[in-house]
Amino acid sequence: MSYISKPKIQHPNAPRNKLGLTSRDYEGAVSTLCAGCGHDSVTAAIVQSVYDLNIEPHMLAKMSGIGCSSKTPAYFASQSHGFNSVHGRMPSVTTGANAANRTLTYIGVSGDGDSLSIGAGQFVHAIRRNLNMCYIIENNGVYGLTKGQFSASADIGSKPKKGLPNQQEPIDPVSMALSLGCTYIARSFSGDKEQLVPLIKGALMHQGFALVDVISPCVTFNDHEGSTKSYAHTRKHYHNVVNADFIAPAEEIKTAYDEGSAMSVELHGGSKIVLRKVDKDYDPTSRASSFQYLRDRFNAGEIITGLLYIDEARNEMHDLMGNVDTPLSQLPLETLNPGNQELKKILSGYR
Amino acid sequence: MKSLTNRREPRRRNRKVIVAKLNDVVIKIATVNGTGSASANGLIMKSLFRMGIPVVGKNYFPSNIQGLPTWYEIRVTGDDYQCRSDRVDVMVAMNAQTYARDLAEVIPGGWFIYDSTWPRNTQLSRDDITILGIPLSRMCNEHFDGARARILMKNIAYVGALAAFLDINLDTITALLEETFADKKNLIASNMEAIRLGFDYANENFVCPLPSKVAAMDGTKGHIIIDGNTAAGLGCLYAGATVGAWYPITPSTSLMDAFRAFCGKYRVDPETGKRTYCIIQAEDELAAIGMVLGASWNGARSFTSTSGPGISLMSEFLGYAYYAEIPAVLFNVQRCGPSTGMPTRTQQSDIISCAYASHGDTKHVLLFPADPGECFTMAQTAFDLAERLQTPVMVLSDLDIGMNDWMVPEFEFDETKIPDRGKVLSAEELEEMESFHRYLDVDGDGIPYRSLPGIHPKGSYFTRGSGHTKYGAYTEESSEYKDVVDRLLLKWETARSIVPEPEIEFSKFNKAAILSFGSSHGACQEARDRLAAQNIALNYCRVKSFPISASVKEFIEQHDVVYVVEQNRDAQFRALLMLDCDADPSTLVSLLHYDGMPLNAGFVVRKVLEEIAKGQAA
Repeated sequence: MSYISKPKIQHPNAPRNKLGLTSRDYEGAVSTLCAGCGHDSVTAAIVQSVYDLNIEPHMLAKMSGIGCSSKTPAYFASQSHGFNSVHGRMPSVTTGANAANRTLTYIGVSGDGDSLSIGAGQFVHAIRRNLNMCYIIENNGVYGLTKGQFSASADIGSKPKKGLPNQQEPIDPVSMALSLGCTYIARSFSGDKEQLVPLIKGALMHQGFALVDVISPCVTFNDHEGSTKSYAHTRKHYHNVVNADFIAPAEEIKTAYDEGSAMSVELHGGSKIVLRKVDKDYDPTSRASSFQYLRDRFNAGEIITGLLYIDEARNEMHDLMGNVDTPLSQLPLETLNPGNQELKKILSGYR
Repeated sequence: MKSLTNRREPRRRNRKVIVAKLNDVVIKIATVNGTGSASANGLIMKSLFRMGIPVVGKNYFPSNIQGLPTWYEIRVTGDDYQCRSDRVDVMVAMNAQTYARDLAEVIPGGWFIYDSTWPRNTQLSRDDITILGIPLSRMCNEHFDGARARILMKNIAYVGALAAFLDINLDTITALLEETFADKKNLIASNMEAIRLGFDYANENFVCPLPSKVAAMDGTKGHIIIDGNTAAGLGCLYAGATVGAWYPITPSTSLMDAFRAFCGKYRVDPETGKRTYCIIQAEDELAAIGMVLGASWNGARSFTSTSGPGISLMSEFLGYAYYAEIPAVLFNVQRCGPSTGMPTRTQQSDIISCAYASHGDTKHVLLFPADPGECFTMAQTAFDLAERLQTPVMVLSDLDIGMNDWMVPEFEFDETKIPDRGKVLSAEELEEMESFHRYLDVDGDGIPYRSLPGIHPKGSYFTRGSGHTKYGAYTEESSEYKDVVDRLLLKWETARSIVPEPEIEFSKFNKAAILSFGSSHGACQEARDRLAAQNIALNYCRVKSFPISASVKEFIEQHDVVYVVEQNRDAQFRALLMLDCDADPSTLVSLLHYDGMPLNAGFVVRKVLEEIAKGQAA
């Protein structure tokens, strides 16, 4: 159960980040998910990302809705505030939280049920506002907590454990985000931590809405023969088209990149993300061509992964509105009311 | 009231009943919506106010943008009553669609002003009132160019006619026009011309003023004319609200509009041009309340404005906020339900749905403003209570308060009063603590301490709507669960002791009383005066909040009968009295008004008399 906290025994020689914290300091309570659940691997990737990025734990806010995925914020960053909200409503809570304090780093963990069915409306509008957050969808094609119903991301022909294969068109969060003008879109696989960690780091540092759709198999209800969201199926069909290397501020780019296939994008705070295109024709800055590419490959049965689209130029929500840099929650109340003399002036217009 | 029966009567008059009252006239203006009549009606209302005469203005408008009937009613009340009247003395019938019903509504001895450009159907006539025909359209067509200008000026022309009939000061009207069109000087001349057309025609063709008329007095000093939504928006500005999240819905929309307008003036850094406020038009009410909770959780004063259907949508999150203990301020400008109901008509029918919004054992703090003045003050109270109690607080206004212009004493803002931010731990306090537990009742008042994100790692906790222990951890253990929900009941009792106390007028000689809340207040006060004139003296209690103060229970127990006046069908407030303060139902007699129109004193008087008669018969 999630109330079982992990013993806080630190290995004396455990490596420490720039804040002097070990990765244990970014862990949370013991997971209550099924053994082998993809979500636990995502949790581990998040722990490594926030540790590597030297994020002060109290400056991180963990947001979620309802479902297996939404339980996971209890399993990482125990020194950070968490908000486990109601089903499908994490985007609105995060919007409000960010409106009040833009200086925190917001990480939202959601699932395909939480984001693509009950919460589709809020997911869409958070993208539209370019809310500054990292939004992870742990995508397994089923409802785990209610024991195995298909979700809206289930592929046509995918077989459930019991009953008939799915016949409805799946909702793909990546294509959806592309069409909505999302400014950072990535897809990965819970079984590929090497790919996932830099994508999460980039998403955390991106100024705006960063979507990371992670295929994260449900070992209990959707990992069987005939499922298109199983470990076996995903391993067989996923293709990384754009590798992303996350380069921390002041860190040098050490890898030698092939001419023409590498592209460096500067993120907020001086960090960089270097995109290595496996397919030279793929352009992660073009919405139209990315969309076409993804649809073609999807129709061919492939699961395309990597950093699929990035736009660092667009303003995030606060800048679109022209808001002050200081968190609104930290403005002293006495500076916010115009005083009694001014009230008299205002009211003179109502005579 | 001074009698003026010796005045000359209009030439066309030939009636038995004579109505002649000074500063006690009800004017109703029937127009078509979208024709600019609102500014004409506002002009009359404000002119009377500036003559020092107390006025009540009520707008009866359709849920439509253009083309449907709309009425504006101005009650001139030298006695300074705060509700609509139950009669019409002077009807200005500018809408052929509603001609017949408008004619029928005038009291015997009253006056009916119509546009005589076209012949009147002779079947639509009454012998017991005076018909005053003025060729408004013809005159305006002759004097103005363009279809739109002619329609607008026709409305301004009836202002001139009314000025002549009622003796409204023309200089006051001129001064108002000059202020209104300070930037558009050419409009002043054309508007004045239209006013002159109506004014002169009335004077030349009828004996003016009418026996019922107005005269300058000294009854509006220190007062303003304002609607409740503007007042609430201003209250939020003064309360230091920084985040407003909302979804447009009649009749609450003008509240966030007002907040936005005030913020545009007072919340923009003059040097950088950057905003110290954030207003988000959400995708729906579900998101609006989610945003409010997120912002409040993060320490901002945050609110939403909505109406009944919005509360229904927000209910899931309200239960969350109750259980996870997150402050939130909501303004519910109530309208006529159920379902979509009548969006532009008023009611007090969201009492139960707000008090117990959401599944499970939940209940919420409610405030009941009676007028725009209380919308301003209670906006500030709501934020203080929400942060002190760490729970949603709903201000239950209604369409009548929110969208109608009320004459109220000018607002004051107490600069010495320090806003209550509640039990929020600072970084220093957290640093010194051995450990922080979110839901521990340290002080024994049922209110735990909270920490804000971004302050200190020791303040971290996991906010959840699932079962939790007093330490904030997940639980499915019965005793741990009960610990928390029982402590919430203790907090409810703390709330009872700090919410605004009722307004009570008590004499031990009276064994009967009226109990009301919100916009029913004005009508109840006038009804008490009228009943007192018939030797029926009633005590009075106006409840201002839920949970219901102990003094209300005591008040009820001091009476044999308490008439509970409310604007809904199901006696929702009476139910609250029984549920929350165990009031004896046999004492509580409901007087229910729920036709969508604002309450008037005549209704209350009639119902009280009926109840007394019933009692005597029994």
